[in-house]
Amino acid sequence: MKIMSDLLSQLIEKGVLQKGIWETVYLTFVSAFFSYIIGLPIGILLHVTGSDGIKPIPWLNKVLGFIVNIFRSIPFVILMVAMLPVAKFVVGTSLGNKAMIVTLIIAAAPYVARMVESSIKEVDKGVIEAAQSMGTSNFKIIWKVLIPESKPSLIVGAVISLVTILGYSAMAGTIGGGGLGTIAINYGYQRFNNDIIWVCVVLTIIIVQLIQELGMMLAHKTDKRINK
Amino acid sequence: MAETIIEVKNLHKQFGDNVILKDISISVEKGEVIVLIGPSGCGKSTFLRCLNGLEPIQGGSVTLHGEPVLYGKKSLTKIRQHIGMVFQSYDLFPHMTIAQNIALAPLKVQKRDKKEVEEETLKLLDRVGLAGKADSYPNELSGGQKQRAAIVRSLIIHPDIILLDEITAALDPEMVHEVLKVVLDLAKSGTTMMIVTHEMAFAKAVADRVIFLDGGEIVEEGTPDEFFDAPKTERAKQFLKTFTYSD
Ligand SMILES: Nc1ncnc2c1ncn2[C@@H]1O[C@H](COP(=O)(O)OP(=O)(O)OP(=O)(O)O)[C@@H](O)[C@H]1O
Ligand SMILES: [Mg+2]
Repeated sequence: MKIMSDLLSQLIEKGVLQKGIWETVYLTFVSAFFSYIIGLPIGILLHVTGSDGIKPIPWLNKVLGFIVNIFRSIPFVILMVAMLPVAKFVVGTSLGNKAMIVTLIIAAAPYVARMVESSIKEVDKGVIEAAQSMGTSNFKIIWKVLIPESKPSLIVGAVISLVTILGYSAMAGTIGGGGLGTIAINYGYQRFNNDIIWVCVVLTIIIVQLIQELGMMLAHKTDKRINK
Repeated sequence: MAETIIEVKNLHKQFGDNVILKDISISVEKGEVIVLIGPSGCGKSTFLRCLNGLEPIQGGSVTLHGEPVLYGKKSLTKIRQHIGMVFQSYDLFPHMTIAQNIALAPLKVQKRDKKEVEEETLKLLDRVGLAGKADSYPNELSGGQKQRAAIVRSLIIHPDIILLDEITAALDPEMVHEVLKVVLDLAKSGTTMMIVTHEMAFAKAVADRVIFLDGGEIVEEGTPDEFFDAPKTERAKQFLKTFTYSD
């Protein structure tokens, strides 16, 4: 009995699987990066303009919260399809990895915003007042106190976001993108090669574990509140 | 001759319908050490917080060197650089070293020279007995050490006045002394301070003037000798009695 099906050994020989790993990692990290560019400021604003924030602006807080909630309440598969015209507008095509990245960003940015908001919320109120009482402006409190003081929690949030985005990215195949999810569907599920599905599952688990372990190590290292 | 640092006129403060402070007027002169005492919940912390605009006020005025302290206004950041504040819970930034904690305001707010700030940090740390702790993180310090670091953090901005709110209340008894010694030392060197404390012996030793707050108003005001040895009002007498078992 053969350990590998012919198709699986072919996929490895032709580098399809390796490319799939790379595409999954690439889709995940590039989307996460842009999701943070959008989600980080929104998350900060959500906290800062909230009722316990350093600059409460109720209407802005409500509007932002509303938009974020809307996007967060739509299941990803539906959002992905609905956002294809947006992807076409932004990257010129509604097919492939680039379009996938656009839809991933739209789905993940609001998620990231909530993660960031909850991390920043953890910064002790007394510490913020101490900064205020020294004459620190709100802008500097954000940069010099809120972000540095919530760094470990922000990193933990980033790990969770990355894993979530990685999960979403598995649906890239639906719109002609790549990655391990696409391989599992196209070669495994549709051609009845269970071993290909399992290889993709194991590879995904390994990637998730790596992100998780490295991220948590980093979070632990930046946390100065714990005695080591 | 005497230079007024803070002038409070007819201050009125309430949370919702709950009136905390009514018609308080105080002026603090340069070099003066005022100790504010009163029963728990009478509004001492709230009063201090009104002085640097951490709380909005509903009536009256607070001025620093004639400049109004206006809650929520941009001008506050300037005014606050002249008012140091030390809190009961230290409130050091946990992810910054002691030196970074101290240098934040002078470097990022006051934009002072890095080298000069570093030198002053070390000098002040040495002065409060924390030489060698510059690169420690707050959680590596004892409560008393943290509070002394917090005092340095308030001193380095060269404030015109320092507000201290029960800075030893969270400390183990053996650490209270080391912190209060630092404050006494500051008083001797002419630092203007407004101190809220429940340490009566300390209050007596450090104060130029004692203000007794109760029911939202100043009930009695006088030198420490007058106040502690011959309180005029019944309420002050009652309040002081609650401390006698320890005296
Ligand atoms: N943010 C707030 N909202 C509503 N009520 C408040 C708030 N802060 C304080 N209070 C109330 O104001 C009153 C005065 O509180 P404050 O903390 O100023 O008292 P205190 O004299 O400092 O007491 P202690 O000696 O216990 O520190 C208390 O009744 C308190 O419950
Ligand atoms: Mg208090």
